Amino acid sequence: MTSPAQEARTRRLSVELGQYVIYLGFAAVFVFFAVVLYDRSFLTVGNLTNIARQTAMISIMAIGFTFVLSVGEIDLSIGAVVALAALVTALVLRQYSIWAAVPAGLGTGMVVGLINGLVTTKVRIPSFLVTLGTLGIVNGLARWITDLQTVPITDGGYVFLFGSGDLGPVPILFVWTGVALLIGHLALRKTPFGRQVLATGGNRTAALYSGVKIDRIKLLALVISGGTAALAGMLYAGRLHGARYTLGEADLLTVIAAVVIGGTSLFGGKGSVVGAVIGSLIMGIINNGLILMGLSVAQQMIFQGVIIILAVSLTSREARGR
Amino acid sequence: MIEIEGVSKSFNGVPALRAVDLTVRHGEVHGIVGQNGAGKSTLMKILSGVYARDAGTIRIDGQVVAYDTPLGARAHGLGMVFQEFSLIPALSVAQNVFLTREQRTTGGMLDDAADERRTARILAELGVSIRPDAPVQELSVGARQLVEIAKALSQEPRILILDEPTASLSASEIDTLFGVIRRLKGLGISLIYISHHLEDLLRIADRVTVLRDGRRVLTRAIGDLELGEVIEAMLGSALAAQRAPSARPIGRAGPPLLEARDLAIGERVRGVSFAVWPGEVLGFAGLLGSGRSELIRAVFGIDPVDRGEIRVRGRRIVVRDSADAVANGMALVPEDRRSQGLVLDHPVKENLLLPIWKRLSRFGVIDDREANAVATSYVGDLNIRTTGLSQVVKFLSGGNQQKVVVGKSLSSEPSILLLDEPTFGIDIRSKQEILAKVREFADAGNAVVLVDSELAQLAAACDRVLILRRGQIGGEFGREGGQEMSQAALHHAIHGGGAGGERSA
Repeated sequence: MTSPAQEARTRRLSVELGQYVIYLGFAAVFVFFAVVLYDRSFLTVGNLTNIARQTAMISIMAIGFTFVLSVGEIDLSIGAVVALAALVTALVLRQYSIWAAVPAGLGTGMVVGLINGLVTTKVRIPSFLVTLGTLGIVNGLARWITDLQTVPITDGGYVFLFGSGDLGPVPILFVWTGVALLIGHLALRKTPFGRQVLATGGNRTAALYSGVKIDRIKLLALVISGGTAALAGMLYAGRLHGARYTLGEADLLTVIAAVVIGGTSLFGGKGSVVGAVIGSLIMGIINNGLILMGLSVAQQMIFQGVIIILAVSLTSREARGR
Repeated sequence: MIEIEGVSKSFNGVPALRAVDLTVRHGEVHGIVGQNGAGKSTLMKILSGVYARDAGTIRIDGQVVAYDTPLGARAHGLGMVFQEFSLIPALSVAQNVFLTREQRTTGGMLDDAADERRTARILAELGVSIRPDAPVQELSVGARQLVEIAKALSQEPRILILDEPTASLSASEIDTLFGVIRRLKGLGISLIYISHHLEDLLRIADRVTVLRDGRRVLTRAIGDLELGEVIEAMLGSALAAQRAPSARPIGRAGPPLLEARDLAIGERVRGVSFAVWPGEVLGFAGLLGSGRSELIRAVFGIDPVDRGEIRVRGRRIVVRDSADAVANGMALVPEDRRSQGLVLDHPVKENLLLPIWKRLSRFGVIDDREANAVATSYVGDLNIRTTGLSQVVKFLSGGNQQKVVVGKSLSSEPSILLLDEPTFGIDIRSKQEILAKVREFADAGNAVVLVDSELAQLAAACDRVLILRRGQIGGEFGREGGQEMSQAALHHAIHGGGAGGERSA
């Protein structure tokens, strides 16, 4: 027999543990690869910096995606937006300056997000289907406008700022990740918008009856997700000195895995931007470790799929268990 | 014939049924009435095998029967027509009637044609013209009710239980239903008919049994029965005589704080006008399906209105959605706190402050200190028993959850508070605390609209009560020189018992 007070205490304890399990998971994955790969240069500054660089784009997409999942929607179009935004940026850069290219790239993603949001809220089609549709459209556009060709970027300033540069000892990609993390975290935790996102995802009817404009909140979440996907695409383009329609192809799976591992509920109402970034790092470490262990890209994809199912089954068991 | 003897049932030590005896004869329509919580649905769930009884025996045609599953009840000839429809809209009438019991061809495939013929025979027996191959989604609510009955009949029951069968039917559909019930009687089937609508029972039942607090308090043939007697049995004599507290003056010189003119919403609300002045608590009394909830939902912008206008402080306003309603100073305590009032997985603080995050932020960032101070003040003010502001609301008791909903509604500092069944299913102490808070809110010069099926509560809490009957105002009770407002008087009025003048609001 447990007293109600005891029960409440255990429950609180398990809730608190739940918040930190992501850090434990991070530590466990890290230690695992550090031990297994001790003789294969996993634990070198070069490799760890490399992991963090590779993870930056996933982290930034995951931050935007956290808002979409938290509001109870989903955005399947992010991988396609990465490619289109990168291509638009590269194409504009060929003729105009960085001042035109950056707004064009970001705007591309936000317009796709706006379309996703408008169709979801006004036509009342589930975002799963809407973004599945825009995924196809945007993918097609990315192939069409460039005729499947790579668009190189020669603008040195752009390349420095978006992906390849260093600010002193700090890679510019870390700066981008840090800024996105800070803004995302504050927006979700410390602004009315963030609270309304979580409330809408937690119970849309209760939010609606409390005067929350839930359609506007959902629309904004999808615009944010489109924007962060575009930013990620622009960073890929800067890092690779060019854009190609294949950019971001496999990222959707990784981003979903990262966000869900980070403690954001697939069903809305619960989200963590910090968790999303740590989840991205976990995915980055796993991918890097698997490569060092000699697994192919194909095998990594299988591994990612398994991780998503494991992560989701853990979170949904929690949701059902109450 | 079914004989029930000494049936008892408790939930967590709280008795819901206490040694109930009941006999239903062959070909009899036996009405069962009682207030919410009197034990009607518990009794029906025991009969239909959903609950196992703690004590007592059930005999069918003299044989003692023992079962504790719905399947077992069906095997003993008990059919149940549920209040909530259990039909699948996309399937045809016949496919629904014989769902899971379909006729198969020799090849093992479903034989829709055979099921349609079987269904047609049942429908003919009922004397109704519904096509067996019509998809259920194309049928009216009344026709669906009849399909439910056909579904129950397809299992050839000897006893059929109907739970609130007229709740969502129009007058002509009710006539058809009663015709069907008479035919079933003629076939020798016994019917147990549960309803809040006493007038319906007076038309169709042979005998009526009244339950109160889990006990059977009255069983009488309909010919020897008067409405007043039934109401008194339902309420208990002490309660029925209870008087409302004394009148309180309300200034009606200025424009009303909230006014609705000639509102119409579908079939449910047909031209309702009302007005609430500052300091006033206006109640709406009516049966389930009388349009109470629809009226509140429309005023709050949840459902669109077909006709009519809403005015606040004498100015006409447009309410396209609930955000508009909130912007005009309204707040709603919705009917279902769990699905409509709260984000269950979120903490007390997040729920309380949901409407006012913008007000609590400076330069777009939430001021945590002020947010905590505001939330703490509501927790103290409403006496919400919680381990802290970060307690997740789903772990609170029902009463405390409801206090969070009320606190949330008040936090937006509305001048008009709409409450839909605010004390349903919560403990007495929380009830009193919530109603006291509502009174305090009105006394501060605000307006309250209260919908409540507990008439004693309405009589005690309201300055004025309007009666809603099938979507129209059917009378008015007030403390200021109007008709005496008691629970019994309200009961009479909502059942169409003639009390309550046809004064317009």
